[in-house]
Amino acid sequence: MVEDYNKDEEIEKLTESLKHNKKSDFEFHDTINPVYSTGAGLTRKTVEEISDIKHEPDWMRRSRLKALEIFLSKPMPTWGPDLSGIDFDSLTYYSKPGETKAKNWDDVPDKIKETFDKLGIPQMEQKYLAGSVAQYDSEGVYGSLRKEWEDKGVIFTDLDTAIQEHPDLVKDYYCRAIPPSDNKFAALNGAVWSGGSFLYVPKNVQIDMPLQTYFRMNGEQSGQFEHTIVVADEGAKVHYIEGCTAPKYNTSSLHTAIVEIYARKNSDVKYTSVQNWSDSVYNLPVKRAWVDENAHMDWVTGELGSKVTMIYPSSYLRGRKASTSNLQITLATKDTFKDAGGKALHLAPDTTSRIVSKSISLDNGVTAYRGLVRMNEGALRAKSHVQCDALLINSDSKNYTYPYDEIYEPTAEFSHEATVGKIGTDELTYLRSRGLSEDEASSMIVLGFMDDIMKEIPMEFAVEMNRLVKLEMSKMGAVG
Amino acid sequence: MTNTVLEIKNLKAEVEGKEILKGINLTVNSGEIHALMGPNGAGKSTLGEVLIGHPNYKVTDGKILINGKDITYAAPEERARAGLFLAFQNPITVSGVKISTFLRMAYNNLYPDQKIPLKEFFNMVKTVMNDVDMDVSFISRAINDGFSGGERKRFEVLQMVILKPKIVILDEIDSGLDVDALKLVSAEIKKMYNENVGFLIITHYQRILKDIAPEFVHVLKDGKIVMNGDKTVSDRIEDEGYDWIKE
Ligand SMILES: Nc1ncnc2c1ncn2[C@@H]1O[C@H](COP(=O)(O)OP(=O)(O)OP(=O)(O)O)[C@@H](O)[C@H]1O
Ligand SMILES: [Mg+2]
Repeated sequence: MVEDYNKDEEIEKLTESLKHNKKSDFEFHDTINPVYSTGAGLTRKTVEEISDIKHEPDWMRRSRLKALEIFLSKPMPTWGPDLSGIDFDSLTYYSKPGETKAKNWDDVPDKIKETFDKLGIPQMEQKYLAGSVAQYDSEGVYGSLRKEWEDKGVIFTDLDTAIQEHPDLVKDYYCRAIPPSDNKFAALNGAVWSGGSFLYVPKNVQIDMPLQTYFRMNGEQSGQFEHTIVVADEGAKVHYIEGCTAPKYNTSSLHTAIVEIYARKNSDVKYTSVQNWSDSVYNLPVKRAWVDENAHMDWVTGELGSKVTMIYPSSYLRGRKASTSNLQITLATKDTFKDAGGKALHLAPDTTSRIVSKSISLDNGVTAYRGLVRMNEGALRAKSHVQCDALLINSDSKNYTYPYDEIYEPTAEFSHEATVGKIGTDELTYLRSRGLSEDEASSMIVLGFMDDIMKEIPMEFAVEMNRLVKLEMSKMGAVG
Repeated sequence: MTNTVLEIKNLKAEVEGKEILKGINLTVNSGEIHALMGPNGAGKSTLGEVLIGHPNYKVTDGKILINGKDITYAAPEERARAGLFLAFQNPITVSGVKISTFLRMAYNNLYPDQKIPLKEFFNMVKTVMNDVDMDVSFISRAINDGFSGGERKRFEVLQMVILKPKIVILDEIDSGLDVDALKLVSAEIKKMYNENVGFLIITHYQRILKDIAPEFVHVLKDGKIVMNGDKTVSDRIEDEGYDWIKE
């Protein structure tokens, strides 16, 4: 009760203190001239240029060029949302905002610091993060890690810096879970990746505060291609968070990230990301975790923004008793398409997975659940439960469900529940009869629908997400 | 104490094209307790829903006024702000919406000028929860989610007390309540009655009427009020049912 009151009070305070009252508060853009840019288009030369400017080891350069070949040879996916709006030739693949990588906010160039201030990043860091990395366009511009964790051997920095400082460690993990041959966009990232975070938590180190990377894409017609690697060594515990925003343009931008997570034996990893890209962004990341014996992997993803999103965080349960939970909220607003879902591959006995997807479509927004549960023969007693709930707010809102279940192990247990609903008139009337306006009542019902997942998100993010959903709800027309 | 009056004039309403209310006339003043009785399916709950503006019901004729202001077609929230409150016969579940959040939002909407600090508001809620014997842990549960029948009724009463309406319609608040709970609820009704709230109590049973002694008893049959009287009417219904009342 007391805790409850405290929590409510904190939520109320946070809500009042929120800096962002409208989605457009995230959509401002800076007039900043990059110190280096490859210009528009993607050729072998572009890739070599990126590699040169980063002074990379030779293996990385070769890996990039190989990935480029794969990218060029693979066709575009023929399923899912329409991607024809991506003009690969007019995108700028690499844009470097400044020369420095600061460890102190005061050393970040003024304009860029201003941006992150507006987004509230330094404040967040002070309050509840163990470490923070900030990326602006193609490069990390800021990185810090509390000394306590640095002393324990934790590494948290942008991937470029990590390659320079810990080349062997990075090489052990780079593109192992997600090789460029995996799919066209993994290959694209392999060719032009820049930035992203490298987080290594040594054996038995358990970090009790989250670490966060914030990605800001400022350039018009640009691409952001970060590559993030999280390694939790045996018995380690870590919570890693990502946030992303971008200005709104009339032209399209592309975000194709890779996130590779290695949860080693007995480790516990939680990955939370909330993206609020403006709706000129195509968001096509590839996220995958290798989960070893008795390790646990939590995915919590909030897909609020972008024009098109295709995201299917995957857990490869490779060791006995490995487990995963995958919670996802997707919100499709006017003229946007969110194709999302979780994948769990049970490759060992006694592995368990839980996938919960909650999708909300407003206006003519489209959400699709596309998930996979595979239980290989020999994954004895594996268990999986998938639940996907869709809420359609308006009459032209749409949702599709494409579950792929591949169960080859007779002793495995698998269950799948799916619901599609609308906001009920009775519920709305109940709330309105107590004085809530129609807008307030419907956003309250939507937030209630998402509540299972909101509980798992750090309060600061949950409050921000609540606010964003309310704003989207208040922008659209009548429910029904 | 300000007075409030709810006037229902020749009210006709239909649902799914079927006429349910066939010309209702009824006036409830502050500080009055009215009982509304009648057989199953007579239209009692429909009257409650129409009064609060449930969009599934269509008013085809007549008027609803609060203090002379026509609210026949007003939005439900406007009616709530005018002081009207319905305790539903079957309160619905609203998944994931925490009672504390909901109550606070409702209160702030009804009393935008008050700005009660959260802590004070919580204490108020806690006190009322004690009064209706609801465990304080309910405050962090979702609205009616997994509540027993009696718990749902208590929660309706909790809302009634906290939101301080001026005219209250209680739709079978007494069904599903155990004897002790019914006493607590009657006590809350009396408290509000003493504070000049007007009540329309829909019920099938004498028990609650014995506790709170309505001054007016109305009988609704097939969408029409077929009798207006006093306690002697409910006494006779208890013994003989509704057959003696002619339409
Ligand atoms: N949504 C609806 N669709 C069809 N018929 C309805 C609907 N709502 C109410 N009715 C009908 O209207 C009539 C009146 O129902 P109402 O619930 O008002 O009765 P009541 O007097 O409250 O009965 P009870 O004492 O059983 O609660 C019933 O015949 C009922 O079936
Ligand atoms: Mg009824």
